[in-house]
Amino acid sequence: MSTLVEAKGLTRILEETVPVTLVKDVSLVIGEREFVAVTGPSGSGKSSLLYLLGLLDRPTRGTLTIRDRDTDLMDEHERAATRLANIGFVFQFHFLLPEFTARENVEIPMRRLGRLGRDEMRERASELLAALGLADHLDKRPDQLSGGQRQRVAVARALANNPPLILADEPTGSLDSKSSEQVFQILERLVREQGKTVVAVTHDLDMASRMDRRVDLIDGRLTTETEKATTRGDSEAPET
Amino acid sequence: MRLIFDIALTHISGRGRQTIVAMLGVAVGVGFSIAMAALMQGGQDDFVRQLVDTMPHVQVTDEQRTARRQPAEDFFDAAAISGLRPRDDRRGIINPTAALSWLDGWIPGRFAATLKAQGVVRYSGQEVGAAVIGIDPQAEPRVSPIIGDFKAGSFAALAAGGNNVVIGDTMARRLGAGLGDTITAVSSEGLTRRFKIVGLFHTGTTARDEGEAYVLQKNAQILSARPNAINEINIKLNDPNAAPPVARRIEAELGYKAVAWQEANESILEALVVRNVIMYTVVAAIMLVAGFGIFNIISTITHEKARDIAIMKSLGFTETDMRILFVLEGVAIATAGTLIGWALGLAMVYALSLVRFELSATGQEMTRLPIAWSTLHYAIASAFALGSAAVAGYLPARRAARANPVDIIRGAT
Repeated sequence: MSTLVEAKGLTRILEETVPVTLVKDVSLVIGEREFVAVTGPSGSGKSSLLYLLGLLDRPTRGTLTIRDRDTDLMDEHERAATRLANIGFVFQFHFLLPEFTARENVEIPMRRLGRLGRDEMRERASELLAALGLADHLDKRPDQLSGGQRQRVAVARALANNPPLILADEPTGSLDSKSSEQVFQILERLVREQGKTVVAVTHDLDMASRMDRRVDLIDGRLTTETEKATTRGDSEAPET
Repeated sequence: MRLIFDIALTHISGRGRQTIVAMLGVAVGVGFSIAMAALMQGGQDDFVRQLVDTMPHVQVTDEQRTARRQPAEDFFDAAAISGLRPRDDRRGIINPTAALSWLDGWIPGRFAATLKAQGVVRYSGQEVGAAVIGIDPQAEPRVSPIIGDFKAGSFAALAAGGNNVVIGDTMARRLGAGLGDTITAVSSEGLTRRFKIVGLFHTGTTARDEGEAYVLQKNAQILSARPNAINEINIKLNDPNAAPPVARRIEAELGYKAVAWQEANESILEALVVRNVIMYTVVAAIMLVAGFGIFNIISTITHEKARDIAIMKSLGFTETDMRILFVLEGVAIATAGTLIGWALGLAMVYALSLVRFELSATGQEMTRLPIAWSTLHYAIASAFALGSAAVAGYLPARRAARANPVDIIRGAT
């Protein structure tokens, strides 16, 4: 298993009047084909860690390497390029561009990367959406789709440039249980069938237990790391 | 790039009403700037044209720029002269034949020599002070602006035997004389001669219509007791703008004062420059106001689209992309506004060109607004509009592009 992401002593402190430590001293190695759950109570820094891993935020201290490239040395453009080609994001809210149709939303990262021709992009976007069961909704705008459908479009968009790493921030947080299950299964298939690495922040301990690995955060610190997690007693009740 | 363009278009078309208001702001700015520029430029051109048409482009007179130096001043190191009584030199331009043939050799235009003397015109007890101008009826029409303003007769009638005169209609009215009447001209020398009126002109310039009497050169020379003298050469050039160098060359060669029309009207031309500065300042101010409209809408869009900006950045768009996006939106609005503004400006200029009004109390002179049709006005107005739009788009764009996506995503969750 080759290393995809490696964090050493990752710390992020918000410089407010009273400094807030979001993530403290997290060291973590994530390899390819991994299905990682990041869990912890509210405000424990799960999302912050994910943003650091996804290059949306810069760590105050510590180093982060992606595919053996130190992200601290990257300038704004290289970070953006890395996000574009190597990382796919899925947020709790779908975060689709509201004026564009499902297919156009999926095409946007491809068009920004510009590696494919317009026809190929169109074809790939349609394939991705069809694979997620949205073949009938290609030309609908986000406000014409249900929550679960939107989230699946968001997954398709994350996959658009075929990145090795998918970061999901509570991907099922705003969905009902049926849609949640659907989205979870899609993420799982990405790991099992397409060899992607998925790192998902979740409240849902039941869901976390079905992933390969579980990273537990409390107050920004890494407490336990469990391979093939056994459910741990936690302060927070699982959401269903 | 195409993608960013698409997103920009989607953003602004998604905000129809505001976009239209901002676009109209630019359009009105551009339109009024164009109309104003056309009017100002038209007025200026008209004014300069009148200057150029009614005046000789270069006028050579028998004056010198400085008082004649006395031989004693040249001969001795120090000389004090008092109670000087200079010799009365009434020869006018010395050796006029040589001067005129020299001019004939190279002047790119036409010229005519005249003798101008001050005198009084008298008829039935009325007296009017006048410049009695002795002309050559063949040469004068080629340089004189009066030629198109004759109400009766012409310069050619002067040559038709007897002592004839052409005067302005205002003078004729003041004297109570009409065509065919005989007036008396008295010169400053005290000589008197009777002339028959064979022509009347009306130029619209009161000083001219009231104060000029044209006679044959020979008659003027007799009247002022200056045989064979001329004291003025009026030159019309093919290209009025070439006047200053021509004037300089004549002055250097002949030694007489040669004044180009630009020099004679320096203060007026200066005033026109000031007027232009004022005009462009107003145009810039209008565009600034339009720029605020654009700033406003781009600001609103960036606020509203803060989430989209965060999303796009998380997808891998750079800050530069975001800046380009919003600047593009500003410029797109300005471009559309400019196009509408061109149409608006064109329509307004056309409407202004149709306006007619009566200028003279007598109701004779119907005038249209002087309008200049120039693509330069359109170009300048668009440049101002696009420039202010780019700035107005850039400021909020820069702020929006800098925003940290995490702050926005966190805020949403």
